[in-house]
This record gives sequence, C-alpha cells and structure tokens, in this order.
Amino acid sequence: MLLDTKAEIVGRESWGDYFLLTIRSPSIAEKAVPGQFIMIRTASGPYPLLRRPFSIHDRKKDTIDIYFQIAGEGTALLAAKKQGDECDIIGPLGNGFLLDTLAEGRTVAAVGGGRGIAPLFFLGNELQKLGFPLTVYYGGLTSGDLPLEKKFRDKGIPVHCSTDDGSTGFHGLVTDLFLSFLPSSRPDHLFVCGPDPMMKALSRICLEERISAQFSLESIMGCGFGACWGCVHKIKTQGEAEWTKICQEGPVFFTEDIIWNND
Amino acid sequence: MTDTPDLSVELGFLRLKNPILAASGTFGCGLEFTPFIDLNELGGFVVKGLYFEPRSGNPPPRLVETAAGLINAIGLQGIGVKHFTETILPQLKDLQTAVLVNICGESEEEYVRVADYLNGHEGIAAYELNISCPNVREGGRCPAQNAESTYSLVRRVKQMSARPILTKLTPNVTDITLIARSAEEAGSDAVCLVNTFLAMAIDIHTRRPKLANIYGGLSGPAIKPIALRMVHQTAAVLSIPVIGMGGIMSAADVVEFLLAGASAVQVGTANFIQPDILPQIVEDLRRFLVKNNIKQITDLVGGIKSP
Repeated sequence: MLLDTKAEIVGRESWGDYFLLTIRSPSIAEKAVPGQFIMIRTASGPYPLLRRPFSIHDRKKDTIDIYFQIAGEGTALLAAKKQGDECDIIGPLGNGFLLDTLAEGRTVAAVGGGRGIAPLFFLGNELQKLGFPLTVYYGGLTSGDLPLEKKFRDKGIPVHCSTDDGSTGFHGLVTDLFLSFLPSSRPDHLFVCGPDPMMKALSRICLEERISAQFSLESIMGCGFGACWGCVHKIKTQGEAEWTKICQEGPVFFTEDIIWNND
Repeated sequence: MTDTPDLSVELGFLRLKNPILAASGTFGCGLEFTPFIDLNELGGFVVKGLYFEPRSGNPPPRLVETAAGLINAIGLQGIGVKHFTETILPQLKDLQTAVLVNICGESEEEYVRVADYLNGHEGIAAYELNISCPNVREGGRCPAQNAESTYSLVRRVKQMSARPILTKLTPNVTDITLIARSAEEAGSDAVCLVNTFLAMAIDIHTRRPKLANIYGGLSGPAIKPIALRMVHQTAAVLSIPVIGMGGIMSAADVVEFLLAGASAVQVGTANFIQPDILPQIVEDLRRFLVKNNIKQITDLVGGIKSP
C-alpha cells in the first residue's frame, strides 16, 4: 500500500448524485486488483476528519477510477472536485476478490446494488482477460441508480437490470431478478457488493443453492490499513467467529464465513 | 543558524531521540505503519493495549465521526501478551526507537500478571498503564477516575515492574491533578494525559446511538484545547514528567503542549488520517527550532509566559 498525496484527478463524470473520478496514480494502479479499495482524504482541514473508503472501479495503466454516490459531507466534497485537482489517497488496500481458485470452465456472475456496482466493472474486465465471461445483475431503486448499465454492455459484459419501481428492467429486487435466472443460468461462482439487506438475502440463497460466493463488505473506517480496529465484522476464521477487520482481512469474504447479524 | 537543534528529551528514566511518540490504540503494534514511515524517526511508540489473554472487543459500529473528532468504542480488542511476545516483539527488537507497551487488566492482578510476563522479555522501554479506557466497563468507568484505585494499582505494578511505569489518565474526572498526584505518589515515573473524553452521538432518524456501545471516547482536534488545559494544570503540580496528548495534528500543536509543561507528547488520531504524519511533525519541529533560534527542544518545556 502506498500514500499518494498528490494524485491528480484527470477525469470526471456524473449522473445525478453518482460520480466517477479518474485519478492518476501509476504506482497504485499498477498494484491494484479487483475488490481492493483506496482511502481518500476529502478535506484538507479537520472536517470531515477521516478518510473515506472507495472500491476501485476501474484501472488503466496509470489511473484508477472510483464510482460513488453522495452520502454525506465527505462524498459531497469529493464530488465537488474538478479535473486537475489533487487528491490525497492511500491504496491499494484490502484483499480483493480471490480469482486464483476459479477452475477452468466455471461460470461466474456478479450482483451489484446501487453504488455497490463499483468494484464489479474492474472485476468483469479482469475476469474477461482470464477467460471467465461475467454476467452482471444490477439493481437500484429507480433507473437513475443504474447509470453504468451501458458501460458494462459496451465492454461486452452482459447486464440484467432491476429497479424497485420498475422504471428500468425487471420490476423488483435484484435478488428476485437473480433468482429468476437461476434455473436457466446458474453460476458456479458469484461475486456480490451492495447494501446489507441485499447481501444477506443473496448469502442465504447461495448457501441454500450451494453456490460458492464472495461478498465485498462495507464499513465506516478509521484508517483503512489495520491500525484502528474500527471496521470489524464477525467472520469465521478456522471455525472460530471473531471480530475481523474488514479493511485488512477483507473487504472480500466467502459467504460461509460471514456472520451476517454479527451474533 | 547552521547548528542542528537538539530534539532529544531526557525523561529521567528514558531518553527519547525526539518528543514525538505514537499513542496507544492508534498505532497498532507499529508494523502497520512501516509501509508509510521509518519507525526509527520517532521518539517512540506505544503498542496497542494488551490484556493477558486475547480480547474480542466491542460489537460494531465502533466508530463515529463528529465535528473535528472521532468517537471510538473499540473495547481494547487485542492479541494478548503471548501472541505479542512470540510474533510481534521479535520484529521490533532491532528498532532504534523506544517501544512502550500499553498494559491493561480487568483487575489489579491482571495488570501485575501482564507486567510480570513482559518483564521476562527484552525490547520494551517502559510500560504505559492503561487505567483510563472508557470503553471496557459500563458507563465508561475506569480506575483512573478514582485517586485511591489509581494509587493502589500504580503502586502494585511499580513494585514488581522491571521497567519504568507511565500512567495514562482519563480526562473524565472533576480534577485531574488529584489523580495525577496519586499516580506520582504511588511511584509512577510519568503520567500521560489525556485519554479520550466520554462521548456519544445519536442517529436522529433511527433515534439509536451511533455506537453499539452507546458511549465511546472522543479524540481528534476537537479535544485539543481541553487536553492542553489539563496538561497545563497537571504539569504545574507534578515533579514527574507529563506526556501530553489530545488532538495533536501538527508541530504547532506539539509546541503548545510543550509550552504548557509537557516533556513529550503522543500523537493518536492523526495517524489514521495521515499515516506519515509523525516524521513530518518531527521535521516541522526541527524547522521551528531553527527558525526561532532555539538550540534544544527542552527549552520549550513549561515555557508558557504570563498573559
């Protein structure tokens, strides 16, 4: 992991309250793998005090992309940054999705809810290179929550969309969309990132259907690199359930190891 | 002007190459920061609190950010002394900086047990007695809220400790100087203040506390002026060194604490935000001394003037 205090923002796109920033940081870009994240300092002063974590959405030779939704003061400040502004980032952080164990011929799918779609584009690109075509299920409250649909399609990654209000694609939850495809195109392995209720529901489905699955968890983080112990989730490690740092041991965990209700 | 100023600090029981220590609980065991900094540039660091056995800590959410502050309720999750001495301490032994260990206990016996165990291992400069964590007992209570329990605990550990004792005090008291005096009378070699302020935050939509533990400890720039006042009050009445802390984010903050009477400082929350901040503070301090033609940093200690 590296600290890059002067990473330049070289690209910016927005759709409503969703934003995509392209940040030049060759050393972080070089090391990044799908599922990893960066911590960004959004203010130079003491408020907001803490850095904010963002999944790496895409990676080019010298740049990384982040994709986020305004959720509070920190993300609002970040959204207000312009091309040419500098950005203070730490990365790449966390473990990332485990791709080494995918056996040849296995089918892979991913489910992303809202801004949780962020890491799945980088994942889809890498899986494409490795010879595993990814199918993506992309859900939101309304059509405005799905601005990246075309981007996936343009890249040759099939996307099935759902909206809670039916304004685009399947009318209902993305979990139900996924279930509707299960009989015809059941994946051997699933990658998931999104809001907690969505992930809990998918975890149950995966356990019942015996689909191997990796989930990218989210948390408030104090540091992002293992020093503060603030971002824990209960995870089974060698049979024992322990408070485990999402930033360092995660953010990606296998479904059978995650204790969803933290009991 | 070309003379390099002397940043070293003699605490009487321990010499530090500079007055900048990393505070316990914000610096892991030090190794977490090696991707960002050379630990040898620090005056020292205090390893995260250790109980005898591993400890699981509090349920999440453990953190909430507030205006210029951070409330934490980690609950001293930790690896225990055996894991520390077997796997971590050997990796710290070649460092040219002071390694202090923050020790914890559910009872006086456990503090003694932890210190006794660590006494048998090389590579530790001093123990910092953690009697002030607000997150491990109901309502934020801790031994450092009571002069008698502070005296009793410090005395018991001091009597068997092979190493100097620093006692870390809580600001959650009516008069911190009374507790500090107790620690001094009991034989503490220094006091460290302040630990975090007992605090809370509420989600107005769910009406639930933002921390699972309800209360937590407030740190960060928000607490600095209060911490500084407490250091000033305490340094005025003690003979042993005061290590100042609370919201330090810059060399200017450090200078304030030194002027208020601190012999050295600890930097905590700032490490989360800027993991390379400690060497930067050391460098900025050096520049401050050069610019102000101050030969040694100890000249600043207690140098506050009358209003």
